[in-house]
Amino acid sequence: MQSTDYELIIIGGGPAGLTAGLYAARARLKTILIEKGVVGGQVLVTDWVDNYPGFVDGITGFELIEKLDKHVERFGLERKIGEVSSMELDGPVKKIILQDGAQLTTKTVILCTGARPNKLGVPGESEFAGKGVSYCATCDGPFYRNREVVVNGGGNTAIQEALYLTKFCNKVTVVHRRAELRATKILQEKAFAEKKIEFILNAGVKEIKGDKSGVTGVVLSHNDGRESLVDVTGIFIFIGTKPNNESLPGSLHFDDAGFLITDAEMATNLKGVYGAGDIRSKKFRQIINAAGEGATAELSAEHYLGTLE
Amino acid sequence: MASDKVVSVSDGDFDDKVINNDKPCLVDFWAPWCGPCKAIGPVIDELAAEYDGKIKIVKMNVDDNPGTPGQFGIRAIPTLILFKGGEIVDQITGAVGKAQLKALIDKAL
Repeated sequence: MQSTDYELIIIGGGPAGLTAGLYAARARLKTILIEKGVVGGQVLVTDWVDNYPGFVDGITGFELIEKLDKHVERFGLERKIGEVSSMELDGPVKKIILQDGAQLTTKTVILCTGARPNKLGVPGESEFAGKGVSYCATCDGPFYRNREVVVNGGGNTAIQEALYLTKFCNKVTVVHRRAELRATKILQEKAFAEKKIEFILNAGVKEIKGDKSGVTGVVLSHNDGRESLVDVTGIFIFIGTKPNNESLPGSLHFDDAGFLITDAEMATNLKGVYGAGDIRSKKFRQIINAAGEGATAELSAEHYLGTLE
Repeated sequence: MASDKVVSVSDGDFDDKVINNDKPCLVDFWAPWCGPCKAIGPVIDELAAEYDGKIKIVKMNVDDNPGTPGQFGIRAIPTLILFKGGEIVDQITGAVGKAQLKALIDKAL
């Protein structure tokens, strides 16, 4: 077979990519991990991780990534900061083209490009981004000391971050479009017991109001047809994620929402190409899943490389 | 630390070091409790080295210096504001990639 620069290229440095890198470095595969900005992915903006096995007392997202990063470093994984502009993945020799013009060839690829927060798509959202509209409580929470804010969403992230915001805010109003929260029970129990959290259920955000100073209020549209205005200086939006699939070629198979379809071994429809973490089409997006999938994808890639010789 | 190599500025010397500076200046507003701020530190360092002499890159701890972030309406970090001739050229919020930061800096060159 034609020689390539690498045996494995990993795209993305969240928990999936870092774990795949850890396994690949230990397997002594000629590997490079390409990350467009900073390693960590969405875990970086997670204030508290209470369900990653082995961390008995919980850990901050930043510290978890720091540990994972050091763990990978111990085995000497090669890395590069760079943004992928395109990929050729169809044949036995895959080509990754970066925005700085670099072209890297490889026999296998693991795609760990992850996902990013969904936007609401309502008036005022983009206008007041960074001026009261936020998708990251750990980054922006402390700017809302003694203020009142809205948290939009009812899943694990929304409720976890609402609880975090009570450290700073006088009042946190959780707005959720269904009658019941989707968050796991222990989070729901904590949130219901927290006096600073109020719930407005069966309602969605219709518009974000503001002036020169930033956000001044949120207009809600209730399922019974009513509208109401909540006076707040901030709104934190946690309504699911969308796939970072922009650099992935169309010859891969995606689900209707644009997430990458793989089998249980993390193999995509293209030979030698694997996917792991939040980019995958799946029901549950957890850090432990991402890490586990990264490990599976690497082992699958290793197995495939074995069949080439 | 947001970054190890770039100089810190404070409310006290912001005008002197940023506003009245001849060169374009990129200010990285950060805080020690902000994971993404710490995470972009190495990227900021790399940019400071690459653009050495062309642009000044400084950082401001928003915990120690509440005045300047308030003046620019900052309610989210990391926020990076690019100044030229004392005026804001453009700004970015969030832990963005190096390519996006370069695109920002290039607006002042």
